[in-house]
Amino acid sequence: MPDQLLTVQNLFCERDDRVLFNRLGFSVAPGEIIQIEGQNGSGKTTLMRILSGLSRHYEGDIFWRGEPVEQVRDDFCRDLLYFGHQAGVKAVLTPQENLRWYAALSPAINAADIDHALEQVGLRGFEDVPCHSLSAGQNRRVSLARLYLSKAPLWILDEPFTAIDKKGVAAKEALLLRHAQRGGSVILTTHHELGIRGPVRKINLDQCAGTST
Amino acid sequence: MTMQTNSEDLQRQSLSGLFWATCRREYLLSFRRKSDLVNPLIFFLMVATLFPLGVSPEPGFLAQLAPGVVWVAALLSTLLSMDALFRSDYEDGSLEQLLLSPQPLFLVVLAKVLAHWSVTGLALTVMAPLLGLMLFLPAEGMPGLMLSLLLGTPTLSLVGAIGAALTVGLRKGGVLISLLVLPLYIPVLIFGSSAVQAAVTGLPLGGYLALLGALLALALGLAPLAISAALRISMSS
Repeated sequence: MPDQLLTVQNLFCERDDRVLFNRLGFSVAPGEIIQIEGQNGSGKTTLMRILSGLSRHYEGDIFWRGEPVEQVRDDFCRDLLYFGHQAGVKAVLTPQENLRWYAALSPAINAADIDHALEQVGLRGFEDVPCHSLSAGQNRRVSLARLYLSKAPLWILDEPFTAIDKKGVAAKEALLLRHAQRGGSVILTTHHELGIRGPVRKINLDQCAGTST
Repeated sequence: MTMQTNSEDLQRQSLSGLFWATCRREYLLSFRRKSDLVNPLIFFLMVATLFPLGVSPEPGFLAQLAPGVVWVAALLSTLLSMDALFRSDYEDGSLEQLLLSPQPLFLVVLAKVLAHWSVTGLALTVMAPLLGLMLFLPAEGMPGLMLSLLLGTPTLSLVGAIGAALTVGLRKGGVLISLLVLPLYIPVLIFGSSAVQAAVTGLPLGGYLALLGALLALALGLAPLAISAALRISMSS
């Protein structure tokens, strides 16, 4: 199905002799927001790492726009924004320097937008402050500024709202919805109750575990 | 046709931009964490200071040992600094972003290693004549010492980075790096210190330098690919 962005078939992953998920299959269409649910240790982060291509410890097939993802790795990386458990923010660099390096890594990003993105996440006035003197939430915000810079259609976000205040979460949810309305897709894990009124689909990993099948 | 050349130009520009952006970032990082910067240099200096105290302060004896001691000290202080190369990127998640970037990984890796070399290996090379003086190395040996270190230390950094990339996912990777990498360091050490010895005795050192250059060319071509592959393996667990 080429109209699907990402298709996952028969995914199986085992960790330390424990089956995390078995025969997991779903597909992500443009404009869809998918929330991965599950208790702690149910394999949410593992799934995110597999989907993004960081981890190869799985069996099954992942297709990107109808092609096996291994064969179109370059196109996939160009179309992917991954927000991991660690924010990827260097403590001794300033928010601006952090994002400038990120812009060099993703050629689609225009470095001139960085100041605007920092303003959007509420870090105006902190552009030149080293990240180690910012709070934990502000550090996450530096990394979340990448969402405002990105032009990638697929966003994979692992716990993006950790340490973010209520107002910030609402702004990010609005951003996710806008991204979906523009035809992008989001796969995210979060323990927050999403306030998005829109095309949110939930996948519960607890039901996919080997023990319950 | 022109469109195509334009996009090729753009791509080349973004690649060299990436290279310099990575170098710039590495310099900023190392100059803001000064302890990491001076640690290998202090170690290098300490070996040369302690050696005469431990062995014998007799100039003729020390002059004989000097080529080997300076080279071993340079090798060990490079090794000492290697563990930190990818460690902080791994811990704060920058490495994940690096691996998922559509840009070629080996280019970023090469920029990182070269930046790392210029604050360790190059600095050691510049400091080496001081150590030579402290160990009574004859003046004829100095050019050989500098040249051999200039050609040898980048190889040490490139090979050490393979070990650092392989062990970055482990909690206590430092010891393992030494075990993995030391056997590969031995040829560099042998040709390096032989070059200095040849320079001291007035023999031609072209052959040794050519061998060091060949090792460097080999490492420059192959190590970035090996480092990239090693990083992917380390991150995939």
